[in-house]
Amino acid sequence: MGSTVSRLVAAAALALLAFPAAHAQQKVLKFIPQADLRILDPITTTAYITRNHGYMVYDTLFAMDEKFQVKPQMVDKYEVSKDGLTYSFTLRDGLKFHDGQPVRSADCIASIDRWSKRDALGQKLAEATASWAAVNDKTFTLKLKKPFPLALEALAKPSSNVPFIMPERIAKTDAFKNIEDATGSGPFRFVRNEWVPGNKVVYVKNTDYVPRKEPPSWASGGKVVKVDRVEWIYIPDSATAAAALNAGEADWWEQLPPDLIPLLTKNKQITVKNIDPLGSMGMIRFNFLHPPFNNPKMRQALLYAVNQQDYVIGIAGDPKNGHPCYSYFTCGTPLASEVSADPLKGKRDLDKAKALIKEAGYKGEKIVIIDATDQPIVHSQSLLTLEMLKKLGLNAEIQAGDWGTLITRRAVKEPPEKGGWNIFHTWLVGPDMVNPAVNFPIRGTGDKAWFGWPTDQRLEELREAWFNSNDAAASKKAATAVQQRAFEFVPFIPTGQFILPTAYRSNISGVIIAPVSFLWNVEKK
Amino acid sequence: MLAYVIRRLLATVVVMTVVAFVVFSLLYLTPGDPAAVIAGDAATNEDIAKIRANLGLDEPFLVRFGAWAWALLHGDLGTSIFTRLPVTTLIGQRVEPTVALTLCTLFVAVAVAVPLGVIAAAKAGTWIDRIVMGFSVLGFSLPVFVLAYILILTFSIELDWLPVQGYRNLSEGAWEWLRHLVLPSLALGTVYMALIARITRATMLDVLAQDYVRTAQAKGLAPGKVLVGHALKNAAVPIMTIVGIGIALLISGAIVTETVFAIPGIGRLTVDAILRRDYPVIQGIILIFSATYVLINLAVDLSYMLFDPRIRY
Repeated sequence: MGSTVSRLVAAAALALLAFPAAHAQQKVLKFIPQADLRILDPITTTAYITRNHGYMVYDTLFAMDEKFQVKPQMVDKYEVSKDGLTYSFTLRDGLKFHDGQPVRSADCIASIDRWSKRDALGQKLAEATASWAAVNDKTFTLKLKKPFPLALEALAKPSSNVPFIMPERIAKTDAFKNIEDATGSGPFRFVRNEWVPGNKVVYVKNTDYVPRKEPPSWASGGKVVKVDRVEWIYIPDSATAAAALNAGEADWWEQLPPDLIPLLTKNKQITVKNIDPLGSMGMIRFNFLHPPFNNPKMRQALLYAVNQQDYVIGIAGDPKNGHPCYSYFTCGTPLASEVSADPLKGKRDLDKAKALIKEAGYKGEKIVIIDATDQPIVHSQSLLTLEMLKKLGLNAEIQAGDWGTLITRRAVKEPPEKGGWNIFHTWLVGPDMVNPAVNFPIRGTGDKAWFGWPTDQRLEELREAWFNSNDAAASKKAATAVQQRAFEFVPFIPTGQFILPTAYRSNISGVIIAPVSFLWNVEKK
Repeated sequence: MLAYVIRRLLATVVVMTVVAFVVFSLLYLTPGDPAAVIAGDAATNEDIAKIRANLGLDEPFLVRFGAWAWALLHGDLGTSIFTRLPVTTLIGQRVEPTVALTLCTLFVAVAVAVPLGVIAAAKAGTWIDRIVMGFSVLGFSLPVFVLAYILILTFSIELDWLPVQGYRNLSEGAWEWLRHLVLPSLALGTVYMALIARITRATMLDVLAQDYVRTAQAKGLAPGKVLVGHALKNAAVPIMTIVGIGIALLISGAIVTETVFAIPGIGRLTVDAILRRDYPVIQGIILIFSATYVLINLAVDLSYMLFDPRIRY
């Protein structure tokens, strides 16, 4: 009996003294991500958290740098034929997947094929493609049916969906079915058995990864990993996340809600910084199938009433974290302009707006704004729009739910009184609106268009003309024409550009200024 | 008694079947589509339709229910629509934190609240009684999340004694495990403590007015023996009932606590699954919750026999 008790006491003492020593000697970067990682497949979803996971475990053939230049990434060298119809790519030496297999041409071709079934720019590239062919394991070619000047831009697409390269066996999966295997060739390996969805995602340094020699610039250049392990710790409550960063339980919080910025700024051990040069763009989206916004005059009327400064403050809390952006293309990028933006930019003119509403023959139809109260960026915009519509004498109401309900309801084409809607709000990160190829809300393809289903042949023709522009000047001119038409047709109304800053502790250095939070190059002292 | 237990367990099967059907039907009628959540912002109706087809979400209600029920009969709770992990794995990952939080809270609450309730009853009408009942009212009135933030601010940020958030498995060391449970247990346990203290006081007051207590006092038994050996034992049945109900309440109350303290428990899994319409996970959790409720009730009913020999099944 005595010995049993002694053993129990000894076991209890050992348990008390036990310490998770396994990672004690490692440099572990504890990162609070913007959202919970739910889906591992960056091709089936456009969720930014899955895109970020993609950047951890996968690599890309090309990548865009901070000057919007396309740079080779997995590709060592490439050639383009004089007629612009044949591209030849050769992979870098030493590229290996996490399962030890070399990266082959077949893997790249299968990955691009799957991506091009889901991504809008990928689909455009596929339309122009005659064939992809492997010359050998390291070299492959792309043959086009017609010149497509954006071929390399497509392969370097920085945001969702990013053309990540996966092993062929995985890339052969149906493009509408989630992959479950996160084997990539990127700078980190995903540790599946430590993944606790809703709580923790663990990555370890891929010691086989051979970084490029160039310094990092956005997703291009050397992806040098300077920690042994990265733990994404998802903390749903923002006050707790702030407390965790304050107490040093986390090293880096990806995206701060505006109300907590002053609290964290007070702590001298914490740097609060805007590392996303492009920020995000808010928007008001209309339903084009039903009155009153099936009438362009109604949409144009709102251009005179929307005050972007109000929306920016509503979303970002502080004018320092946002500014008006009177462009359909992300401000701060080459195609941004204020051409034709006068109705949105000028002095707010409610009388002009009311006159247009009268001209449109508005009969007092109820305007239903669908709202998601669990998404502050959506909710604040919805409240501002409701107030604005009421000021204009419109019969508007908010129908609130959560984001899951909103994104289901916005797919309903029925009239608002039968479960449909008139307006919803959302936002896109800067890279997703930089040009007519990726800016999907601007499209006017009717049934095939994004929710709201606008039909505008002229917009589509101008977009097509942009695809055929061969140099920077022609591209700018063609994009300006798209914008001019957009301000007439009003597929959506931009509500401003805002940034949700990041915060990290002073023992962290090497954070890359980019629209995505890249975790290579980051050092922890 | 064995026959009684078997009857109750069989009844559990019936309850679970009804719960399974009701839950499945309600989720079928709830707005929200996991395919739309998966597809993301840039998706079109066509994309969503293809994902729905791949997930089998476009099948008729009865086909989907039949497939789910058939798998359930084979012990398969299904696979998460999002993570593609088995529901049993997801729930398995989350059981330990919730059970640890619940038991720790229960232990603290009972250990503190029952003596407080007994003392308050013994000193009824005095300042001690008023203080205990005052704390009890405060405990009821203070929302869990407010108390949680106060505790974090005081013990984690100002004093730096305890961690702000997270959970450590017991296998990682008992000390770390305990450190991570102290604040959540206090936050969650306060309401529960208040409830048990009030019930204990009220029941004890009732029992203390009984003749046999007066007889025991008249015999000259020590006041402690009278309170614990005679009165408390006889007051135990209602206290056990409230403790049992409390366990069930704790499991659901853990949702707020787990969210504030970022504890990866069943509560947070439930909220996450509901927000993203992960049907198999929601169904699995509700079934397990229901079974837990039924079994706790059975355990409480059986425990009555320990305190009151007149009760027999």
